Amino acid sequence: MVTLTSEPFEPGAVLTTFCAGRNETGAVASFTGLARAEHGAALALGLEAYPGFTAAAIAAFAEAPWARFALQDYVLIHRTGRLAPGEAIVFVAPPAGHRRAAFEACDFLMDYLKSRAPFWKKEHSPGGGRWIEPTAQDRTDAQRWD
Amino acid sequence: MLLFGRLADQAGWRDRVVEASSLTALRDALAAVDPSLAEALSGPGVQVAVDKAIVRGETFLAASAEVAFLPPMSGGW
Repeated sequence: MVTLTSEPFEPGAVLTTFCAGRNETGAVASFTGLARAEHGAALALGLEAYPGFTAAAIAAFAEAPWARFALQDYVLIHRTGRLAPGEAIVFVAPPAGHRRAAFEACDFLMDYLKSRAPFWKKEHSPGGGRWIEPTAQDRTDAQRWD
Repeated sequence: MLLFGRLADQAGWRDRVVEASSLTALRDALAAVDPSLAEALSGPGVQVAVDKAIVRGETFLAASAEVAFLPPMSGGW
């Protein structure tokens, strides 16, 4: 399930709730992305989504790992709006029968989210704001799965 | 119509009602009031969504169609 939220969330609490009662899952990998301060260069991060479009695009993409990694359900939370350094931006937790599939699905989903998900990201620094586009490394990481 | 990311910053607005029966007519209407914005909307990597579905090329617009101009997506996180 994909959730976009403009409110801060606590990844540990989400994981605890998600793992509760999973007697047959075996493995839940999780990844939490945090906003970086860049040693004072980043005052805040602005993340813009297109309501009704962004979540649907992510959910459509997240169908792919299911066949590939034989996953069960999943939780994926992504922040929008203005984030302070240290706040959680993204949390993803794919559950699987065994650890390898869970790790790989986590890596796969994060490469997509990092480089291709429909967000627009603005870094607010002491000198002003700057829109950010994916780096060549982000694109290369995502192409590993093509 | 909706603008996102740097396109909204450039325009100084994020949503506006524009009367146009096609995407070309919409672009022409914008070019008449803000030529540099119209040029940016045709720039490299800018995608167009009509009613939240990506379209390519010309398309006719229904009366209440929602047209969004999407600059290159940054990815999240």
